[in-house]
Amino acid sequence: MIARTFRRAPARGWQIAGRIGLWAFLIAAALFFAIPLLIMISTSLKTAEEVRAGSVFLLPADPTLAAYAKAWGTACIGRTCEGLSGGLWNSVRILVPSTLLSVAIAAINGYALSLWRVPYAGLILGGLLLGAFIPYQVMIYPLVRMASQVGLYGTLAGVVAIHVLFGLPVLTLIFCNFYRGLPPELIKAARVDGAGFGRTFLRVILPLSSNVIVVALILSVTGVWNDYLLSLIFAGRDNLPMTVQLASLVGTRQGLPEYNVNMAATLLAAAPPLLLYLFSGKYFVRGVTAGAVKG
Amino acid sequence: MADSSAGRKSVRRGLRQMPPDRVARLVLVPTIVACLIGYYGAIGWTVGMSFTSSGSLPQWEWAGLTQYIRLWGEPRWHTAFANMFLFGVFYGVGCLVFGIALAIALDQGVRGRSYWQTAFLYPIALSFIVTGLAWQWFLNPTTGLQHFVRSLGWEPFSFDWLSNPDRAVYTVVIAGVWHSSGLVMAIVYAGLSSIDGEIWRAGRVDGVPRWRMYLRVVLPMLGPVILICVVLLAMNVVKSYDLIVAMTGGGPGFATDLPAKFVVDNLFTRGNIGLASAAATVMLLTILAILLLSGWIQRRRV
Repeated sequence: MIARTFRRAPARGWQIAGRIGLWAFLIAAALFFAIPLLIMISTSLKTAEEVRAGSVFLLPADPTLAAYAKAWGTACIGRTCEGLSGGLWNSVRILVPSTLLSVAIAAINGYALSLWRVPYAGLILGGLLLGAFIPYQVMIYPLVRMASQVGLYGTLAGVVAIHVLFGLPVLTLIFCNFYRGLPPELIKAARVDGAGFGRTFLRVILPLSSNVIVVALILSVTGVWNDYLLSLIFAGRDNLPMTVQLASLVGTRQGLPEYNVNMAATLLAAAPPLLLYLFSGKYFVRGVTAGAVKG
Repeated sequence: MADSSAGRKSVRRGLRQMPPDRVARLVLVPTIVACLIGYYGAIGWTVGMSFTSSGSLPQWEWAGLTQYIRLWGEPRWHTAFANMFLFGVFYGVGCLVFGIALAIALDQGVRGRSYWQTAFLYPIALSFIVTGLAWQWFLNPTTGLQHFVRSLGWEPFSFDWLSNPDRAVYTVVIAGVWHSSGLVMAIVYAGLSSIDGEIWRAGRVDGVPRWRMYLRVVLPMLGPVILICVVLLAMNVVKSYDLIVAMTGGGPGFATDLPAKFVVDNLFTRGNIGLASAAATVMLLTILAILLLSGWIQRRRV
């Protein structure tokens, strides 16, 4: 009895120390993650003079949204001075068809590969996924040539096609994993009722897929929105999305660099995926860890 | 008009009468074709191009290994290639250690776990462009951290890694770790919570300290999960073009150049298609080596 209390006493002390250490670690980590964002927000609310005079850690003396207005409407990107506003529309025009098409195709692919008898299904999925591992740089120039041969280079349709092509592997994997987990009786029952490939999909499978579709949509939207290289090369000058415009806005050096405008522009371009992340929580996490946890 | 609608109807009827397994195969054909041409055709084209003398326009003129010899003679490529491993090792180890530590910390039953997780994972929602710009601003010696610490009165403080050719690549590592360790945390945490509680009970009965349980028992059990993290991080390393462009532009000089940037620059601004293709082929071989290695490790474990 006595021996036990003696042995426990230091253990409790250690436990408290461990608890303090744990919280210190978590708080330090949270600061490390938060500081760049907080500094960006604080800088974006300052005036250009204040940015130049003060330090990044000082809070804005007199918060103003002027930098946002400029980043949105009048900041110069190369020679045109229209801010990021045009980029938003381009992003949406690229985003909507790219995500809808790639999620729809991936859903049907995943359904066909996992619930029907397809010879070499494993090889097909593997071949698709291997493509996702290969750096764009290995494929990009021939794709440019191919796209320009069929008249798609530098067009909206071209950049959408490229996003669909490179979005398919991971999305197909997500749908495959999900459909493999469905009870096979479902398909058998539908078959007994005389439903074919399409009808089983529409009537039985699709109504069950809402969660996985949300996960796939979020992953696809974030991926396409955040893409830089593919849009830069394939979209053409008139269709450049916000992420590409952001990079060139910051890269445009005329006179003194306006860090407050740069940071406001960065936050504007970062806002959509960030909001998506904050409001979709677990779906987002499931998307970015797709295939990792279940594959 | 009537003809085509009748034709469509008969196609529909044909599809309906076809055995569904065959419809499934048919449905996959466009993806397979797109994949064969878009991925493997393109890869083959690039590999082929790397053996030609192509300059600013592609030409099928056999040149043997000339482009590869030229590639390895370029100091810029040496920097870029070495940076890929330097960046890869520090970024990979940094993300893994930090991410696993975060996952274990959250596994101790802390309150408000989902809030912590949100705070650690949010950078993954941001593009590498945004990440690079944020860190460039923060680490900029004349305006950022160094300026701040000096203004507090510690004049000799110096943190000019961003403009120091020998150190700049590590600033990119910091930004990369900031961006991606949340991903490792999320994956490893999911693995940790799927571990059978029996193991912990057994450990407690035997009086094994918690930290040793993690190090000796739990983490080895998570081997496959960690391997997936490694593969995902490795993909990020080989693909990391955006981060460099936004943060350092490859500079100062070519100090933070990476193969991904070397290839794009030579393809689209310098008109060295043969050379760029040779560099891209080296990237391809690197990725394939990583994939084969991880497949081999996985097989050996099973």
